[in-house]
Amino acid sequence: MTSVTTAPAPAPRDDVVEDTGARRHALTVAGLCFLAGVAAIVLFGLTATSDQVSTLLMNPRGVDTIPDVELPTQIAAFVLGFGAIALGVRALQVVDPKITVFFGGALGLFALALVIWAARDGTGAFYGLIAGSVQRATPIALGAIAGLLCERTGVINIAIEGMMLAAAFGAAITASATGSLWIGLLCGVLTGALFGAIHAVISIRYEVDQIVGGTFINIFALGLTSYLTVRVLVEYSDLNQPGTFRPFEIPLLVDIPFLGPLLFSQNVFGFVMFGLVAFLAWALFNTRWGLRVRSVGEHPRAADTVGISVRFIRYRNVILGGMVAGIGGAWFTLGSAGRFDQNMTNGKGFIALAAMIFGRWHPVGALIAALIFGFSEQLNDYLALLDTPIPSEFLLMAPYVVTIVVVAGLVGRPRVPAANGQVYRSGG
Amino acid sequence: MRVELRGITKRFPGVVANEDVNLVVEPGQVHALLGENGAGKSTLMNVLFGLYRQTEGEVLLDGVPASFSSPADAIDAGIGMVHQHFMLVPVFTVAENVMLGVEPTSAPGVLDRDAARRRVLELSARHGLDVDPDAMVEDLPVGVQQRVEILKALYREADCLILDEPTAVLTPSEIDDMLEIIRRLADEGRSVIFISHKLREVRAIADTITILRRGRVVGTTTPDESDEQELATAMVGRDVQLVVDRSAASPTDVVLRVSDLRVRDERDQLAVADVSFDVRAGEIVAIAGVQGNGQSELVSAIVGLRRPTAGRVELDGTDVTGANPARMVELGVAHVPEDRQRDGLISSFPVSDNLVLNLTGRSPYSRGIRMDRRAIRENAERLVQDFDIRTSSIDAAVGTLSGGNQQKVIVGREMSHTERLLVLSQPTRGLDVGSIQYIHHRIVQARDQGLAVLLNSSELDEVLALADRVIVMYRGGVIGEVSGEEATRDSVGMLMAGARA
Amino acid sequence: MTAPPTEAPEALPSDADDPLAGAPHERRPGVVGALRELALGLIGPLLAILTALIVGALIIVFTDPTTLEAWGSFFSAPGTALADSWDLIATSYRALFDSSLGSQRALARTLVQSTPLILVGLSVALAFKAGMFNIGGAGQLIVGAMAAAWIGITFDLPQVVHLPLALVAGVIGGAVWGGIVGFLKARTGAHEVITSIMLNFVALRLLDYALSTDTFRRPGRSDPISPEMPASVRLPEPIDSFQVHLGFVIALLVAWGAWWLLQRTTIGFRMRAVGANAKAARYAGMGVAATTVLSMGIAGGLAGLGGTTILLGSTPRLTGGFFASVGFDAIALALLGRASPIGVVGAGLLFGALQAGSTGMQAQTSTPIDIIFVIQALIILFVAAPAIVRTVWRVKETRLGAGQRFSAGWGAQ
Repeated sequence: MTSVTTAPAPAPRDDVVEDTGARRHALTVAGLCFLAGVAAIVLFGLTATSDQVSTLLMNPRGVDTIPDVELPTQIAAFVLGFGAIALGVRALQVVDPKITVFFGGALGLFALALVIWAARDGTGAFYGLIAGSVQRATPIALGAIAGLLCERTGVINIAIEGMMLAAAFGAAITASATGSLWIGLLCGVLTGALFGAIHAVISIRYEVDQIVGGTFINIFALGLTSYLTVRVLVEYSDLNQPGTFRPFEIPLLVDIPFLGPLLFSQNVFGFVMFGLVAFLAWALFNTRWGLRVRSVGEHPRAADTVGISVRFIRYRNVILGGMVAGIGGAWFTLGSAGRFDQNMTNGKGFIALAAMIFGRWHPVGALIAALIFGFSEQLNDYLALLDTPIPSEFLLMAPYVVTIVVVAGLVGRPRVPAANGQVYRSGG
Repeated sequence: MRVELRGITKRFPGVVANEDVNLVVEPGQVHALLGENGAGKSTLMNVLFGLYRQTEGEVLLDGVPASFSSPADAIDAGIGMVHQHFMLVPVFTVAENVMLGVEPTSAPGVLDRDAARRRVLELSARHGLDVDPDAMVEDLPVGVQQRVEILKALYREADCLILDEPTAVLTPSEIDDMLEIIRRLADEGRSVIFISHKLREVRAIADTITILRRGRVVGTTTPDESDEQELATAMVGRDVQLVVDRSAASPTDVVLRVSDLRVRDERDQLAVADVSFDVRAGEIVAIAGVQGNGQSELVSAIVGLRRPTAGRVELDGTDVTGANPARMVELGVAHVPEDRQRDGLISSFPVSDNLVLNLTGRSPYSRGIRMDRRAIRENAERLVQDFDIRTSSIDAAVGTLSGGNQQKVIVGREMSHTERLLVLSQPTRGLDVGSIQYIHHRIVQARDQGLAVLLNSSELDEVLALADRVIVMYRGGVIGEVSGEEATRDSVGMLMAGARA
Repeated sequence: MTAPPTEAPEALPSDADDPLAGAPHERRPGVVGALRELALGLIGPLLAILTALIVGALIIVFTDPTTLEAWGSFFSAPGTALADSWDLIATSYRALFDSSLGSQRALARTLVQSTPLILVGLSVALAFKAGMFNIGGAGQLIVGAMAAAWIGITFDLPQVVHLPLALVAGVIGGAVWGGIVGFLKARTGAHEVITSIMLNFVALRLLDYALSTDTFRRPGRSDPISPEMPASVRLPEPIDSFQVHLGFVIALLVAWGAWWLLQRTTIGFRMRAVGANAKAARYAGMGVAATTVLSMGIAGGLAGLGGTTILLGSTPRLTGGFFASVGFDAIALALLGRASPIGVVGAGLLFGALQAGSTGMQAQTSTPIDIIFVIQALIILFVAAPAIVRTVWRVKETRLGAGQRFSAGWGAQ
């Protein structure tokens, strides 16, 4: 056999300035950070006067563990604004894909400046704002987890909305009929599982375009629940009085200042949501189940050739996703409203979809995204109480706009499961 | 393990991929399966590996009939396969990829990563594979990825190893290493099936050679009993004539000038590093090299499909760096793309539309925004005649044509409009010999008509047959240039392997 | 990311050496062949509609309290249960038919109802042809209607100027909203399904906001509703005593225009090429990015025009959520019409009839309107999964063709 001396790779000359992706990315992130910073300074710093003070309430009603915070409005806005600009400068120095978090930080600083500015010469219910955000984040996070369970195996799920709506309906009537919230919850989960199974069968067995399949489920669930509401619930209104789960407290932990009441005094949905996020964040990356799920979503043929049944893994996860969507759906009737109304999910399933993408198909990411989206909804109430002249509609748009920004890759493109949406057929 | 295939037939709707194939692989032997692309080698092995189910025939392992309904069954029976397209999850580590499907666990369902890593390290050391279990697969060079594939099979204690075109993506020196590894695996008592269409490798490694043509076994031999010419003849079914009749070139003005061109790939990695060369009217310049050394990116940058990050491309003295493909067509540049199914054709469109795919905007095919159907049909009828495109009708979807005829559609279209520069990437890949000869003939004709021709080919024989000058690329740079007369298998092969002359 | 989901076996027909491999696919020439093909093409959609209607009937029967009671005593009086069920289905579907096609007035209602459906359906179909899934019809028609409403409310002009201006504004509004999706896809690769879902909600909020401003809010009202559109922008009804406005004619003309654009122009060729194989289109120098933006712009414009015909026709005022559901109906009918303009017109008429009839059905039989949406959803399913229909009706595969595939995964570009 011939032996050859191999030449090293020709070294590129280093006197050439290249227009690389990493550089453009850094410039974009920095630009957005600057924008957030300048906006905070101009909108909040310059419009406040030096003698204005913002008071933020840090405790839930009837509790007094930590003192409320008083801040000079203008100085706070300036500090936060310059903080965001500093992050932008730093982004230019560290040219690295990870600087996307800098943009998140800058946006957070901007939001905080807004919260403080809105409470100038007044009192802002800061604890209420955060606690409300967690509340609102619960169904979004559950929906996002439902979505990522499907999509991690390569099955696109835009039907979270329909699955949650159907489950909300199923949970409400069974809980009303049996008088048991727990049976209602179980039935919600089963309804979700059923719709998950339908999605699985049409996208895996019948190989229907998964977006078409998802559209079918969304329209079908909306049509059917609306039809049944008019047909059945209007006449038999006692079938639509399920009641709601009461919150309960975890002793000792609930006494932690601020975080205690925030995290350890909730109803069953909140605990289940946090539990699922923590468990899945571990299980996806450290169990046999997780490894196989991810392999099927990334390279189904590779999984097939080592003897993993792609179909089985996909069926199982899409049904599991349906069940989690079922829990999320039951939140609407049994965790929040105490009754079923037509189209009561009202787009939350699509916000969950957004949260899944924003959270980059990771459970913790999805939770963070859900919290941000919940915050932007709750901020609406907070500002309304303070009589701020910001039209609520624009805050309510924020999750959607932010998601567009994220998928557009303006701040780093999310890494999608490679086989997402692809039908897999094993050989003849 | 002794593997025997008896009377295997595999039919797909409308196609017989394998017909009555008999094959015996003895333990400790390397059995080569030789055949052209499309001869049915991979299908046969996918049957053995449980990915496809045979229509007729049976598989015997150590004399016992075996029936596989999935790869899992085949793996359990001790068969391992290294696929032509790697079956590795790019975002997993080596250890994760190796253990996938047979994961060791510390508690029920919980991965025992340490056990997997230890096992990978141990196997890697024992077989001289030199693989880091914690490396992310997408960051590894292809040669190493291939060793990961072998590790996967060894991890599952395979007694029979199928290697499907294992050398297609390797450099000559990596090929030498790979052949050595394969020999050692066989010497330990495994049976190895080595699939290839490269004669020299097959003769270097095989104990027994079985030749497939159009799904049938056309002969079984050993390296000692046969020479390359015989093998080639058996493989293609007629005497191979890769020598093209052509006179010496008479190059004139410089048409294409590339200077200090730098191009990055999709992942923002440097693919072409400061490359410079010229192509003159009336000559064929070939870019040779093992696939993946920057040739594709270089060609993409020249024809306007990829924006270079630095450097210049000039056409007839005009700077056309970063011009779009439409502008290049206007300037008289034609390009036969590397991946005809993906880039060159729209398979659901009729032949006639595909013959004007990049020309619809110009006269006579359209006036304003209105397309002139009649002109398009007339053009199609003419080119089908001229280029001997075998199709049932010019309205047939181009996807229903055979590979050779699809390529003639592209070549016909491109030659119908080129005025200055003809760029061809892998123009004959996967084609039958008849089509190859025809296309080679047309390329030489184009040169003789005064076009500048740039040929990007990883088929050394094609390069040697056609080129007036050969530029060899290695790791993104030009490692050497050889004139057509001086170019030999050895001189160019050495450069392709990265050895400076 | 570009790896095909499945690998072809080594020797597929396309790579076979047989030069006549294409022969079996050859079309039968002549009128007979064309008619035969048309008939075969219609079997699938018709069976899908029939199946959906049957499933809808089952849902109607098994959710009706009185009929259910009859089924409860099925074993003592099986005849009653069956007769009751049949009565219920017959009266429901009869009412549906009567109030959609049963009289001249009903027919007029159907045509008016189908006008926006056809236009938005064309929007979805055109995007399909260009390789995109336009799930954003809802947002585009809202923005289009808002733009038209602004023209209608703000200016005071003679009809010959005012009406065309409002229509153009509607087209532009929708085109901008669709164009954003196309731009984001072309420029950054953002998947059009995600961005257009998001833009639907942005449009809904924008409408809420607009209806809270003095420009759009009806004076003296606090709920989200705009003033009535003035007579000078309303679509006239060309035939006396037949209450179908000009919008229907416009919809038919636009459908013809869409066909002409797709089949007879270089722009349409480019759109179809990008839709069928974007890589090849790019290689052929077609300016994939520009074509993508243009396609989504045109698609958005069509949806915007659809919304505008509602605003200037049957419902001359903006309200919260303004007919967003038409955007989803349109997906169903574009699928049903196999994304061809003529198919979309047919499917639009069918859906228009269903929707026009559903109000009459609710009034006469108390079967809620929403059953129509269930039926529409089922039509989507059965059209997209012909295998299900095949199983139900035991039809051979070749008769119905395979399922259609319209979009790539999030990751693919």
